[in-house]
Amino acid sequence: MISLGIFGIEPVVFAIVALFTGIALVGLALWIAKLISPRSYNVQKGEAYECGIPTRGSSMTRFHVGYYLFAILFLMFDVETVFLFPWAVKMKELGMGAIACVAVFFAILVLGLVYAWRKGALEWK
Amino acid sequence: MGSEQLIQSSSLTVDDFGSWTAAFDSMLNSWMPSWCATLLECVLVGVGLLLVYALLALFYILYERKVCAYFQCRLGPNRVGPWGLFQAFADMFKMLIKEIIELKHIDKFLFALAPYLVIIASMLCFAVLPWGNGLQIINFNIGIFFLLACSSIGVLGILLAGWSSNNKFTLVGALRSGSQMVSYELSVGLSILTMCCFAGTLDVAEIVNAQRDHWFIVSAHVPAIIAFLIYLVAGTAETNRGPFDLPEAESELTAGYHTEYSGIHFGFFYLAEYLNLFIVSGVAALMFFGGWLPFNIEGWDGFNHIMGYIPSVLWFLIKAFIISFVIIWFKWTFPRLRIDQLLKLEWKYLLPINLFNLVLMTVIILTGFHF
Repeated sequence: MISLGIFGIEPVVFAIVALFTGIALVGLALWIAKLISPRSYNVQKGEAYECGIPTRGSSMTRFHVGYYLFAILFLMFDVETVFLFPWAVKMKELGMGAIACVAVFFAILVLGLVYAWRKGALEWK
Repeated sequence: MGSEQLIQSSSLTVDDFGSWTAAFDSMLNSWMPSWCATLLECVLVGVGLLLVYALLALFYILYERKVCAYFQCRLGPNRVGPWGLFQAFADMFKMLIKEIIELKHIDKFLFALAPYLVIIASMLCFAVLPWGNGLQIINFNIGIFFLLACSSIGVLGILLAGWSSNNKFTLVGALRSGSQMVSYELSVGLSILTMCCFAGTLDVAEIVNAQRDHWFIVSAHVPAIIAFLIYLVAGTAETNRGPFDLPEAESELTAGYHTEYSGIHFGFFYLAEYLNLFIVSGVAALMFFGGWLPFNIEGWDGFNHIMGYIPSVLWFLIKAFIISFVIIWFKWTFPRLRIDQLLKLEWKYLLPINLFNLVLMTVIILTGFHF
């Protein structure tokens, strides 16, 4: 059964409405700001906001690998959490068999965390 | 007895927004062709959403400034309007009339795209929240999952903002913010998953209705309280607030990922940040404290009756504001964390506790040891 939102319209329509509302909010505010805000040109104004000394090199540069590590860990765990959601909803109806299956899945998940922990992936170096 | 029942039924109809909107819908349909009515309704919903979003964000700016001020024995904003009520409006107007500086070194397209993503993410989450009985705009049967999915888009906006600004401060700020939000999203997701196990549904309206007799924090007792505490910590980190505000640590990174944004362009990040605070509090109210349901105590019929008179929208807002107050309180209680402490807290404490909590919840549901 498709649940209907207010006015009996399908929620997908309202999701699209909300999307466009977000775009409209930013667009409108920017448009108004462009209309009423002052504008002046200055060479220094376009510089990067740093200490006052000209920036050295590009800032779109390499960064600490630790961020990647946590991003990959997140990806693993988040996807596995997503797999748990369907089970969570139907847990009471599915009974013990499903719980046994999920327990195995869960054990692998925990093992993954233990492995990452032991390997020192959770340390910030 | 008869009059009492009459009052109860009348208060129910007053509060049932579903019947109001249905009546409005049939009225419009009798006046104009149905496609026209649908279009008008969509426009009305959009405009309403925009107004409520903007007003609530402005209210939150004032709310936070006032609460912070009282924590520090100051008065806070008190010049513009009574109790400084219009301060946030004045601030927004000031932001509108500030120049939007054109920068030379940025990636123009991504730089312009980032605020859209941040605002859209919070707008979509905002529209999922149930404000009252039948007053919920996006009513998916996987509502809470949709909310989690949409909230992750915000991270993308922040990362893009930091990267496209081509500035070292913004890059570090964005990376910190990204890793923090991404890590704590796991805890938010898992604690909500734990509660979804108990509720047996992802539909927001059904989750609220399942709490008619007891709120989840009471009926699922220990695991619900653990889940709530984890959610509160993770939610604070998700919104880059309080002790977790290292992405915009002023003393080291100026303003973090939005350093290069000026005028109203910066205002969007500001708005979205406050709205995210409301969304986090709203979801906590929804998952643990019965959403828009009134506060009832079993056996206290008179008390429950009086509580029933307070409209459901007000109940939802009160609960959200109280939880927001606690989150603002955090900010003035705990010192800022370092990035290694932050990640350690999430991956070595919150995540294992959360996984354990999920097992505990499963055991409690299986043994029927709940109300």
